[in-house]
Amino acid sequence: MNILGLYNYWIVVILMLIGFYIVIAHENLVKKLVGLAIFQTSVFFLYISMGKITGATAPILDEKWQLYSNPLPHVLILTAIVVGIATTALGLSLVVRIQEAYGSIEENDIQIQDTQDQLECQLEAYGIQESLTTFDQDIDE
Amino acid sequence: MGDLFAVVMLSGIYSLLSAALFLDLHAVDVAFTEASVGAGISTLLFLATLKLVPRYDKKSRYKPALALGVVVVTGALLIYGTLDMPHFGKADAPVHEHVAPRYLNESMDEIGIPNVVTSVLASYRGFDTLGEVVVIFTAGIGVMSLLRISRQAKKEAKSKTPADMQQQVILRVVAKMMIPLILIFALYVQFHGDYSPGGGFQAGVIFAAGIILYTMLFGLSTAQLVFKRKVLELFTAIGVFLYAGVGFVCLFMGGNFLDYDVLRHDPVHGQHLGILLVELGVGITVASVMMTIFFKFTWRTVKHKYNQ
Repeated sequence: MNILGLYNYWIVVILMLIGFYIVIAHENLVKKLVGLAIFQTSVFFLYISMGKITGATAPILDEKWQLYSNPLPHVLILTAIVVGIATTALGLSLVVRIQEAYGSIEENDIQIQDTQDQLECQLEAYGIQESLTTFDQDIDE
Repeated sequence: MGDLFAVVMLSGIYSLLSAALFLDLHAVDVAFTEASVGAGISTLLFLATLKLVPRYDKKSRYKPALALGVVVVTGALLIYGTLDMPHFGKADAPVHEHVAPRYLNESMDEIGIPNVVTSVLASYRGFDTLGEVVVIFTAGIGVMSLLRISRQAKKEAKSKTPADMQQQVILRVVAKMMIPLILIFALYVQFHGDYSPGGGFQAGVIFAAGIILYTMLFGLSTAQLVFKRKVLELFTAIGVFLYAGVGFVCLFMGGNFLDYDVLRHDPVHGQHLGILLVELGVGITVASVMMTIFFKFTWRTVKHKYNQ
């Protein structure tokens, strides 16, 4: 059993991991979306490479050919690509709105602002107004 | 890499290369779609976003060790999982049994068009494709509601939107020659999809790309004289309506949902008609959703400029 015949899956795995790493390690939201796109392409390659048959041709019927590649993965992936761009556009518009609301698209900044807001809400609920200013000073220092 | 512009351009090049690889794997329709969507529209939308967000990444003290660990473990598990998979290019892999031989052997008699991908997409798995079109429609609605701007702001901004590239004479002349060709090519891809690679998805994207090129060169207000917001939003729905409508007409004529055999006396002619209409519905929805999304992003940019 020669395992080198499995190289297409290994390429898919490597691409998938590159995308996965970008999504979890980078804080910039645009970079995360690019990583997600790479992840997505790796799944496309998985499907398309499984449909390929050595010595076959593209699945457009003609009398000269007998052997065709599997058309089913092509159909699934064709629609997935267009749906992928539609969802990416949705993600990008969310990024734009986040930029407008927080003034940043870095995950860390957003988290800090959220915690700050939460703390302020809690302090207000306990009626502690004065400590708010000292808290802000602490942050600045 | 700190410059997001470089990141976006590299991902565009990556998409183009993967289109070439799809072509090498005999997935011509997929390669076509990836080239027009991944390398074309996707890069454009990322660039439109970069106009609204900071171009440079903020250098942060991120610790890659944990992420790297997770990735390596996942990768090892995945590689282990591939060991049972059939080899690349083998004709006797399980994926080539079941329905695929049926599509290849019978589709010429049942559907009567040479491009098997089109007949599977629009006829055998027509219900699936309807779902995909609805997803695109929904995503379009999502973008519209997220990036909505008030009519007042729009009116104020409208008078002050010169196209950024109005002064570029060479670009303008070349684009004027290219845009009609791009639009005709889109129509060719739309209606010749039965015989060659192509179909509604690709045609819609190419058509939208032609209009977007025009918008970038001659300004948003000029483009929206023809493609008004309301008309585009209406067409987004008309495409889905046309697709689903064909399905219901089939129901009323005594067949199953999206079973085009009953549309004409001859089942093969019925299939031809059904696929043509359904692909048209797909093309209309995809083109208008893509244009709407781009226009929304551009309006946002205009609004920001005006506010400053």
